[in-house]
Amino acid sequence: MRTINSKEITEAVIRLAIQKAYEIGDDILKGFDWALTNEKSETGREILQQLKENAKIAAEGVVPYCQDTGMAVLFVEVGQDLRIEGDLEEALNEGIRRAYVDGFLRKSVYKDPIRRVNTGDNTPAIIHYSIVKGDQLKITFGAKGGGSENMSRLSMLKPSDGIEGVKNFVIETVSIGGANACPPLVVGVGIGGNFEKCAILAKKAALRSFQVRNQDPFYAEIEEELKEKCNALGVGPMGLGGTVTVLGVNIEVFPCHLVALPVAVNINCHAARHGEIIL
Amino acid sequence: MAEYRLIAPLKDDDVVKLKIGDKVLLSGIVYTARDAAHKRLIELLDKNENPPFEIKGSVIYYVGPTPPRPGKVIGAAGPTTAVRMDAYAPRLMKEGMKGMIAKGKRNDSVKKAMMEYRVVYFGATGGAGALINRCIKKAEVVAFEDLGPEAIRKLEIEDFPLIVVGDSFGGDLYIGGRMKWEKKE
Repeated sequence: MRTINSKEITEAVIRLAIQKAYEIGDDILKGFDWALTNEKSETGREILQQLKENAKIAAEGVVPYCQDTGMAVLFVEVGQDLRIEGDLEEALNEGIRRAYVDGFLRKSVYKDPIRRVNTGDNTPAIIHYSIVKGDQLKITFGAKGGGSENMSRLSMLKPSDGIEGVKNFVIETVSIGGANACPPLVVGVGIGGNFEKCAILAKKAALRSFQVRNQDPFYAEIEEELKEKCNALGVGPMGLGGTVTVLGVNIEVFPCHLVALPVAVNINCHAARHGEIIL
Repeated sequence: MAEYRLIAPLKDDDVVKLKIGDKVLLSGIVYTARDAAHKRLIELLDKNENPPFEIKGSVIYYVGPTPPRPGKVIGAAGPTTAVRMDAYAPRLMKEGMKGMIAKGKRNDSVKKAMMEYRVVYFGATGGAGALINRCIKKAEVVAFEDLGPEAIRKLEIEDFPLIVVGDSFGGDLYIGGRMKWEKKE
């Protein structure tokens, strides 16, 4: 059985979380170039140029890309043949804590949703574990901004609503909240599972590169169709009107109960910070 | 669409010439405030106590920056979503606030108050925290230090690039801009 020390996990999380706050991913940079050639509004193009310039300045490593450096979301896949020395959850949270304190990132987590006092170190992270085959540890990290998260929605559709019902719900969500969520957006859609599962699927989708299509051609095609329809809404960069509202729409699906058709839409802003490490 | 250079604090004359879509490079003094700071400001006003800065003519920037690195003025400092301040904004307009900098749509009571009190709503580019950082020359906490990133800061800004997204005549670029580009089926 392979053994890994929890300190190694902490160090890896620190590096990943700091790097993502300053260096926006290559997918988003390519997305901005695509957007610049497809955006017809002059104001929209100016905003996209500002975002490219912003990415360049942030990559120098002094000032983060966005002041909302997010609440940390971690998808942790633990190989069943891996033994972890020490406390895994504490190791992950310590990684986030040190990244946000040492990396000069904003602490955006409140201890309690009603009494609202800052924890001071951006912990706890929201952690989703799964046990998988093998002896590796895979951590997918997302620094999820609060403004775009607030524009996310979930609906328990009826099976008779079908795929058209799902599409309408996605488009309606972008139409209602897109302007407030810092477009151009990455839209994560979870379809199926149950109430909580479809929300988690949507989060996974929102943290996937928008350049990667669903492996099922049926859903890959729907991703492309939804991207086009969302961009026809006219919301535009920063909601000020234009022809590019989303960089991409990502769908994740799971089997569901025969009476159900749950759908969740998790909106991610252009600062769609995500990355993964395998230990 | 016109382009202006303005200096905050603002006067009515500055505000009434602005129309949605206009570009503004703003310099001068602005104050930061978000949800928690707004709540406390209103509580002070309700108790007839003095607010920590002159509200008359002021421009308030809805921002919660990242902490500055040693020797730096401030961290990333892009705008936050305005709608959460809608409950408080009309009261501050009544006290003489002349401008708001943020991002996102406003509700009808805010837009109505902007017409009544002659106030402008500037949009800054959301998520451009590093770019906007370069426009901020000085920053000092003037109230509610315990709120951390949400404390009220006095910022000295230079050529902060803004777009008029809401004007004092009821214009709303979030509606007007989208109407121009929406494709009808």
